[in-house]
Amino acid sequence: MSAPNKSYDPVEVSALQPEELDRVRDAALAAIAAAADLDALKQVRLAHAGDRSPLALANREIGALPPAARADAGKRIGAARGAVSTALKERQAALEEERDQRVLVEETVDVTLPWDRAPRGARHPLTTMQERMADVFVSMGFEVAEGPEVEAEWFNFDALNFKPDHPARTMQDTFFVGSEETGLVLRTHTSPVQIRALLSRELPVYVVVPGRTFRTDELDATHSPVFHQLEGLAVDEGLTMADLRGGIDAFVTGMFGAGLKTRFRPSYFPFTEPSAEVDMQCFVCRGASAEPGADPCRTCSSEGWIELGGCGMVNPRVLVACDIDPDRYSGWAFGLGVERTLMFRHGVEDMYDMVEGDVRFTLPFGTEI
Amino acid sequence: MRAPLSWLREYVELPAGVDGRALAAELIAAGLEVETVERAGADITGPLVVGEVLAVEELAGFKKPIRYCQVDVGKANGTGDPQNIVCGATNFAAGDRVVVILPGGVLPGGFRIGARKTYGKVSEGMICSVAELGIGDDHGGILVLPPDTPVGADAIELLGLRDDVLDIAVTPDRGYALSIRGIAREAATAYGVPFKDPADVDLPPETGAAYPASIGDPTACDRFVLREVRGFDPDAQTPMWMRVRLHRAGMRPVSLAVDVTNYLMLELGQPLHAFDRGALTGPIVVRRAAPGEKLETLDHVKRSLHPEDILITDESGPISMAGTMGGLATEIGERSSDMVIEAAHFDDIGTARMSRRHRLHSEASYRFERGVDRELPLYASYRAARMLAELGGAEVVPGVTHAEAPVEPVTVTMAAGHPDRVAGVTYGRDVVVRRLEQVGCTVEGDASLTVTPPSWRPDLTDPNDLAEEVIRLEGYEDIPARAPRPAAGTGLTVQQRLRRRVGRALAGAGYVEALTFPFVAEKDLDGLQFPADDARRRTLRLANPMSEQEPLLRTTLLPGLLKALALNVGRGFGDTGLFEVGVVFRPRPDAPERAPRLAVDRGPTAEELAGLEAALPDQPYRVGVVLSGDREPSGWWGEGRPALWADAIEAARTVAREVGVELTAGADQHAPWHPGRCAALYAGDTLVGHAGELHPRVTKAYGLPERSCAMELELRRLGDPVTVSAPHVSSYPVATQDVALTVDSSVPAAEVESALRDGAGELLEAIRLFDVYTGEQVGEGRKSLAYSLRFRASDRTLTAEEASQARAAAVASASDRTGAVLRGA
Repeated sequence: MSAPNKSYDPVEVSALQPEELDRVRDAALAAIAAAADLDALKQVRLAHAGDRSPLALANREIGALPPAARADAGKRIGAARGAVSTALKERQAALEEERDQRVLVEETVDVTLPWDRAPRGARHPLTTMQERMADVFVSMGFEVAEGPEVEAEWFNFDALNFKPDHPARTMQDTFFVGSEETGLVLRTHTSPVQIRALLSRELPVYVVVPGRTFRTDELDATHSPVFHQLEGLAVDEGLTMADLRGGIDAFVTGMFGAGLKTRFRPSYFPFTEPSAEVDMQCFVCRGASAEPGADPCRTCSSEGWIELGGCGMVNPRVLVACDIDPDRYSGWAFGLGVERTLMFRHGVEDMYDMVEGDVRFTLPFGTEI
Repeated sequence: MRAPLSWLREYVELPAGVDGRALAAELIAAGLEVETVERAGADITGPLVVGEVLAVEELAGFKKPIRYCQVDVGKANGTGDPQNIVCGATNFAAGDRVVVILPGGVLPGGFRIGARKTYGKVSEGMICSVAELGIGDDHGGILVLPPDTPVGADAIELLGLRDDVLDIAVTPDRGYALSIRGIAREAATAYGVPFKDPADVDLPPETGAAYPASIGDPTACDRFVLREVRGFDPDAQTPMWMRVRLHRAGMRPVSLAVDVTNYLMLELGQPLHAFDRGALTGPIVVRRAAPGEKLETLDHVKRSLHPEDILITDESGPISMAGTMGGLATEIGERSSDMVIEAAHFDDIGTARMSRRHRLHSEASYRFERGVDRELPLYASYRAARMLAELGGAEVVPGVTHAEAPVEPVTVTMAAGHPDRVAGVTYGRDVVVRRLEQVGCTVEGDASLTVTPPSWRPDLTDPNDLAEEVIRLEGYEDIPARAPRPAAGTGLTVQQRLRRRVGRALAGAGYVEALTFPFVAEKDLDGLQFPADDARRRTLRLANPMSEQEPLLRTTLLPGLLKALALNVGRGFGDTGLFEVGVVFRPRPDAPERAPRLAVDRGPTAEELAGLEAALPDQPYRVGVVLSGDREPSGWWGEGRPALWADAIEAARTVAREVGVELTAGADQHAPWHPGRCAALYAGDTLVGHAGELHPRVTKAYGLPERSCAMELELRRLGDPVTVSAPHVSSYPVATQDVALTVDSSVPAAEVESALRDGAGELLEAIRLFDVYTGEQVGEGRKSLAYSLRFRASDRTLTAEEASQARAAAVASASDRTGAVLRGA
């Protein structure tokens, strides 16, 4: 290294000549560009930007220049070093990118390989359907009421105004527990829970009752001796059939979407008077398939309407059996079959599918419906 | 009830254009459940005409008799020349009038008839049987018409081959609709047109009694009417129009006498019975059965009678089961000419019980159970006698026997505004009165109405019954919808939410829910290897099970689940896990023999309710899990993992975690599990259930793969879900220390872990068993358990010394309680 001096020595400071700086810088840039990989670039960095690189050495010579020339030389050398440094950074980034690309490509896997390692589970659609339907009522402020499956005849029939030996009672195809004399049956419907709710709760009562029910029907494509019902019950002051209709309409909207019409057909149930069967407009074709020449609808068999369930105003005799004053209170009840709803809402074709427990049937339904 | 439109039209002046479907829509709106409308004969196309057989030539040389006939069809064929027709029936002769379908015509079922060559002749049409015409079941021969039937007449019109038939499922309250009379009345109201009552006939003045009869038990029968006919021609045939109507209504023609009683039952709703006058001995008495009495009924069954049975008797004893089925001995036979016709009003409950007791359900009992018009017997019996006279040449014997028990008339008091309050619609008094009168009620009063329902509506007993009549006739479609007034509900209960959570958790853990029937067999209890004194053998039994093989109600969920598992395995899904959340049925040892039958005209007392509940079995919810095959399949990633006893226990823990309970497991021997691979599961000190590998005999009994596993626990024993207290999350660093201990191989790992946990104290954040080793290095009868202990303090960084001290304390505790020895120490 030369000592600083005050005399101008053109030989000693030749490294700071513009031409020489340009040459050194260009050599560095060329080497950077030529570096094929990160290791080569490391060598290039040492050679052209390291402490012993020509530009570093040239920088030290600035002190040998006369003061008037220093600023100018400093600027030139700064520019050269800046260009080299930028080129290094860019090349470094490019080579890293290149390396990453190569390595990550080498790590490529076949993402189409199957992965069925963890067992899959599901809840039964009859369970989730009951929950879904109950939740629509719960959202209206109803509470879920429950009762036993082996039930006293008094709850299942008598208190619901099924008179002894009346055809309405014998038509229910009842399973008797023990004998016909024990007064115990497998409940034939969820309605005994109406009685339990009215006896155990404070008025007004707004409950929804999902549950398993039993009748001595042979298992076939559309019947099962074990099936599920869901019913809503409201007992309050001043309830009318308009409230019944409003409750059902709200249920239909919650389950099947807005804008579907419902219709009532007079019917008979011992525990409601007046009674009705309820139909709803088909939620698939919205009634269009019933028009002449329209495309057929599988869901409603091109009827335009789907039978939904039964309903009516709670028979005052039921209220009396529950120690409720029928002159002050009135009520409505609405019930429907869960299996049937699952069949028409999801196209289930065979009752067997719902009772057998074949996982292929249940799995697609997941955990909510 | 099948009602032909043409029959209804006889009594209601329906507008001309109304067809079966239109009427069905109106009747449905009025509350009659029309299930189908059969358009009988809708596909028939003529020419279908009356012909006279002119000549019959028997064709020889065929396997069956074949006739070549010339039939005069008048001008129906356009030429007036006889038609040549080949026919295979032989029940007719030259001169007979028959029904001929000419080429180009179509018979019911779409059978198009053409002129075709058959048996060597060209047959220009076909001579028809009643079955081919769709008006009977008899294929035996062709239909021969009365000799005065006009040749060339259109047979479609003449025989009523086209008709709409409404099939109505009559609800149990509407017995009156089990008749043309009742349906026609509803049709008339629906269309606002006049109704002609088929029962409204002028009775001749009563000129004394017919065959003697009396009512012995007025609770069994409150009206009993007999009339007599003499000189009935046993060879008289049922006219074609009546046979067609009976066929349309779903009944088979039998003989004129029987057909007349059936016809009038269909038309009026009044069951009728005819006795052979000559077979009766002494006066008839209607009474209940005496002990030991027997009767052979028309179906040739000898029946032992029950003291409650309602009988028609004479001096010989029982001759008929009232309103249910007649006796064989007094049946009208092929040669009977003198008959006694019975029309009565029997007790509905009495007939219902009798028909149920004897499993004897007839058209008559069906109607009596649902209520028959008490005012009909005089009229129906008269019409029957008249018909037998007109159609069967009988002579109506003057006089009628009319036994009667007094009946209180039913009146209902109802506020005129009551229907409005029920419907939420303003009808007003005038509409209410008008509608009730249309139903047949007499109505008196102003604001408070006194309503006397008609005799054919015994179902109308309450104000709401009357309200329904008004509302249905005004139209259910006019009832507005009032948006629900929200009730202040509190959402699901904790147990209801818990059951949902359990279902989701098990589904998330890879189990598929099955909902199995609760019916089990003795064989199931044996198959599960339950010992003789096992509490789960105390079951409830169904009196009338679907299958005699499975008469019991389950006390465990496992039989149903294991069968469902076997079904899946059998269908090629051997790697399956199933679960069920459901109730079991445990009879209470102290339950009364029968549940009390409480009153219904008032609310029950608390004691009465308690008495009912005591009769019911305990019905707790249980959760069951079964699994077989691989829990994780083998694949490109490597080996699979078979379902283990540990998976079953983990399934139980999955359930318990939803309650916030960590279960402890202890070895147990409990059917149906493998005695060495069965865990009893405890929540604290409460036994909640069992889990593990199934006993090999159990898997064999259910046809399951070996080493299938199961879990079952009782949900309520886990208690209500706990409210979680938020943990303090320490941000200080963790200090992890491993420790390997050797213990006697009989020492349960859970005990070692519990000892370590207790010894380590509160600095211990987590403990994990990461290796179990047996082998030479630890010696015979010993095992090595390697644990990783994670220590952390909530308020400071632990020093190495603190962590080591805690570890040492843990080891000391394990050593103390389980004899554990630190490996390598």
